[in-house]
Amino acid sequence: MRRRAVFDNKVLPYALLTPQLLVTLVFFFWPAGQAVYQSLLLQDAFGLRQRFVWFENFQALARDPLYLDSAGRTLVFTVSVTALSMSLALLFAVMADRKIRGATAYKTLLIWPYAVAPAVAAVLLLFIFLPSIGLLGQALRRMGVAWDYKLNGTQAMLLVILAAAWKQISYNFLFFLAGLQSIEKPVIEAAAIDGAGPGRRFWSIVFPLLSPTTFFLLVVNIVYAFFDTFGVIDATTEGGPAGATQTLVYKVYHDGVKAADLGGSSSQSAILMFIVIVLTVAQFRFVERKVQY
Amino acid sequence: MVENRPWLTFFSHAVLIGGVLVVAFPLYVTFVASTLTLEQILSVPMPLIPGDQLLHNYGQVLAAGSSRGSAAPVGVMLGNSLVMALSIAVGKIAISIIASFAIVFFRFPLRNFFFWMIFVTLMLPVEVRIIPTFKVVSDLGMLNTYAGLTLPLIASATATFLFRQFFLTIPDELAEAARIDGAGPMRFFKDVVLPLSKTSMAALFVIQFIYGWNQYLWPLLITTDESMYTAVIGIKRMIVGGDAATEWNLVMATAMLALLPPALVVLLMQKWFVKGLVEQEK
Repeated sequence: MRRRAVFDNKVLPYALLTPQLLVTLVFFFWPAGQAVYQSLLLQDAFGLRQRFVWFENFQALARDPLYLDSAGRTLVFTVSVTALSMSLALLFAVMADRKIRGATAYKTLLIWPYAVAPAVAAVLLLFIFLPSIGLLGQALRRMGVAWDYKLNGTQAMLLVILAAAWKQISYNFLFFLAGLQSIEKPVIEAAAIDGAGPGRRFWSIVFPLLSPTTFFLLVVNIVYAFFDTFGVIDATTEGGPAGATQTLVYKVYHDGVKAADLGGSSSQSAILMFIVIVLTVAQFRFVERKVQY
Repeated sequence: MVENRPWLTFFSHAVLIGGVLVVAFPLYVTFVASTLTLEQILSVPMPLIPGDQLLHNYGQVLAAGSSRGSAAPVGVMLGNSLVMALSIAVGKIAISIIASFAIVFFRFPLRNFFFWMIFVTLMLPVEVRIIPTFKVVSDLGMLNTYAGLTLPLIASATATFLFRQFFLTIPDELAEAARIDGAGPMRFFKDVVLPLSKTSMAALFVIQFIYGWNQYLWPLLITTDESMYTAVIGIKRMIVGGDAATEWNLVMATAMLALLPPALVVLLMQKWFVKGLVEQEK
């Protein structure tokens, strides 16, 4: 949709754009450019001199078993968080979309965790799962599980997945519910008259019609699990034990801030930037497609 | 739909109650823990009925912080979080609404280029440019300042995009009429566009307030001075070493304080919040 230009002014539009563009240039483009530039440099051990090495940092990453491990872990983490929070949210949304008593109350009670910071959500769950005093941590131990996420990497991963997914359920729930409410009811009623039961109706009508929402949420959840869960990991396991919960984003922070390896950290940043760009383009393609129909 | 399936209704209630429990249980435990003494929490199993230390615990964290971890008063941190959340929300809305106004209601060279320049920032979250952004802020002397906390997060592709979409629905006739009546662009902005945008602004405010309040990585990087910590960072700084060494009653009181303001915003402004969130998709 194109608007007929209504105002003519040589200066005003630029003046109005200046604050946004200034912030964008100083805090987005300049640092992003720096990250890409740094990723092509190699610093000596004392941080005194830099050498231009083209893609050596990337080649080093590709050979680095620690980095490849971290990439694999990020994949496990992302898939688990996305699958867990999306399937639970869909289940709750389908149930809350039915005309039952108290539906509004259920909705309110299910959406508030959206307001909780990932790091705070992580601390709430951490407290329940503390091995020595946590309610569930203790319960697990009484049942004979050697629960100690501080020593056991798999358990630590499980904890951060639970915390990250717990927080994301409400967001997915809201979107699934909005998606369900936009489905034309006569379509479902027609199926009901034809004798299709609730399960059949869901899988052959509702779920396919919901696919735009599902796809949108898929991308959003992957981005969330990749980037926004930094707080979850830092507040609970700090990437440990022995790097078992060190995702790619956490590794950029760890290598760059704690280990001061600028070139290595920057090339990791550059790779992450590439991943975000791919995800954003995927999402945007989807938005365009949706506008067309 | 007229269909009576009692077992399915029963099943729906069961699933939703289960969901509410899963979501609410950690919050309840946190609340209970924030009303107990540390000894009560350390006694296994911890009681599940609120104790009588509510005023004492909250009073202590607000005024003095914890005694074993970070000793910064949480009252100050809440103030910092509030400043950060409000500046980010108001700042994003302010600079995005004028930028969108320029893009939609004017025709000038490089218009599309500027729009894409703003849009592309979607692809550059703080997390992928951690160190260079930190360096820029430190070169500008903005470490441990409110400007450093908020300015780098204030550009907003989503808000600009949302306002642009909304402005495109304002009928051309309105702008024509304003022009015929001799109103300049800024007059049109103030008298027509701003009042029409109220709902969009409220919706964005809720979302951006929560976004600002819940920031973690950025304040963690640029605040080294305890008096500049935000509440979300403060919690982590109170957790020290072993399970029993941490004053969990105080940590949990701080967690409650850190999550209440955004939770209240969501509950009180639920209608706008849902609208704003779901419309970001479009």
